[in-house]
Amino acid sequence: MVVDIRDLKAGYGAKTVVSLASLQIVRGEHTLLLGPSGCGKTTLLNVMAGVAAPLAGRVSIDGTALGELSVGARDRFRGKHIGLVMQRLHLISALTVQKNLRLAQRLADVAADDAGILRSLEKLGVAGKLHRYPRELSQGEAQRVAIARAVVNRPVLILADEPTSALDDANCLAAIDLLFAQALDYGATLIVATHDQRIKARFPRVIQLGMDP
Amino acid sequence: MKTLITALPLAFAYLREKPLATMLNVLLLGLGVGTIIALALVLSQLEQRMDRDAAGIDVVIGAKGSPLQLVLSTVFHIDIPTGNIAVAEAANVIAEPVVKQAVPLALGDSYHTFRIVGTNPAYLELYGATLQSGRMWNAPLEAVVGADVARHIGLEPGKTFAGSHGLTETGGGHADHPYTVVGVMKPTGSVIDRLILTSVESIRRVHEHGEEPGKEITAYLIQYSTPLAAASFPRMVNARSGLQAAAPAMETARLFSLLGVGITALKGFAIIMMLCAALGIFVALMNALDERRADLALLRVLGGSPATVFLTIIAQGAALGLAGVILGTMIGHIGAEWMGSVLEKKHRMALTGLTLIFEELWVVAGAMSLAVLAGLFPAWRAYRTAVPELLSRN
Repeated sequence: MVVDIRDLKAGYGAKTVVSLASLQIVRGEHTLLLGPSGCGKTTLLNVMAGVAAPLAGRVSIDGTALGELSVGARDRFRGKHIGLVMQRLHLISALTVQKNLRLAQRLADVAADDAGILRSLEKLGVAGKLHRYPRELSQGEAQRVAIARAVVNRPVLILADEPTSALDDANCLAAIDLLFAQALDYGATLIVATHDQRIKARFPRVIQLGMDP
Repeated sequence: MKTLITALPLAFAYLREKPLATMLNVLLLGLGVGTIIALALVLSQLEQRMDRDAAGIDVVIGAKGSPLQLVLSTVFHIDIPTGNIAVAEAANVIAEPVVKQAVPLALGDSYHTFRIVGTNPAYLELYGATLQSGRMWNAPLEAVVGADVARHIGLEPGKTFAGSHGLTETGGGHADHPYTVVGVMKPTGSVIDRLILTSVESIRRVHEHGEEPGKEITAYLIQYSTPLAAASFPRMVNARSGLQAAAPAMETARLFSLLGVGITALKGFAIIMMLCAALGIFVALMNALDERRADLALLRVLGGSPATVFLTIIAQGAALGLAGVILGTMIGHIGAEWMGSVLEKKHRMALTGLTLIFEELWVVAGAMSLAVLAGLFPAWRAYRTAVPELLSRN
């Protein structure tokens, strides 16, 4: 079991935004969290990533209960075991593609592995952009680099927050295919949170959040 | 340590990304640090030099006028004498029992702006000067030159030269009374290095124009036989119509207190520059914090601790501070060297920028602290901000 959530309440301050009695996701599973804006998709992803603490309940990732870890240990755990792809790609503009990926390794306390970085980029077709800065990349290239950064430390869980909402139909499906391919390649569990109905059919498991069907 | 190794390259990358703002902040801090260091270097050397030059001289007796001018001209040799005094009148004063030693000084001529001083061998003893080559003068129009004089204009035993009237190069010559160099002194690090010494008789002979010889002299450098004399002797001398007594220690203190106003203003200006630089760093880091919220959140998302975020910001302040301090130290030393060369040209008073003083450490520490302090608040804010909050704003 890669994701095991029990009696979860998550939100901001005292306000509960999302409640889940139970959610289990097994290794290698591809799951879509679907719901309208504001229904708590990002909150749930943040809780699964250990970025935000739940108001109540228990979240375990790959057998580790996040609530039992200190802040530092949770940061390191996230860096090593969880890859995040955000809607806005958040590549660091002051660093080249290679250094962006190297930073991900360093922050996760993973030994520097330039060959691994190159492999990740090669799989995504952007190895030629190794020494380019984010401003020199197209939107598609930047997204591939962001995905490469999420998988460079071989995570067990890839969390993607609205990865397609800013993309046209062709690029939307291409981005999902890339995420599927990477998850398969690394044997990782993939969870995508979105309000984008276009990708619903691609996922074997869809969890509906909020009121929107 | 690992946190620092992660934060430092990122901090440098951020600074490189905004080269103009980075350079301006470094330049401003550098100018502030440089001004203070240059002033400190010049003042400390000036004070040291003046202390050394005045050591062993309790009081100077000379013509009435500005006591500061009398001391500057006869002890430090950087001003024009107040005039001459009658030897007969001075003789009464130096015969007082409180006077242990009175060294005569006859001034008025120079050679290539190096002053020619008529005196006796006791003057060399005042500064512990010894000969490097040749011998002491033992006849009129024989001269012994200081180490700087020998180095600058190549005077050595056997060479002759004619002095010019006055203390600048524009004075008329005394070609009819050439001096012969008979000795060169070892360097002492004092005023004597830049003087040409001869007997008082030589000066009189050069200036004899039918006057009665031995009538006048410029000054006497006096050593007391008892420190108690400091209370009564100057008052007694000043009561005489043609003479004044001036204590080098008092006059130098007065000079520094006069200069002090300007120096304090300059130092204040430099400190304001440093504060402006710190403010510039603070504003730059606060702006960067706003612009890079997403980056900071990302550091956390990728596994970085709050300490990594904190260090990334504080390292930028520290890096700007370090660069400013390095630039400022260079500016300070180059500035002091330049001021030294100007003073050497004008007053033959060599000061150098190629030396280190303890005060610099305080300036460097102060500037670094300011830069780090400027980064402290932005770093603390970044440290305290929760990641979901940062992500939600982007």
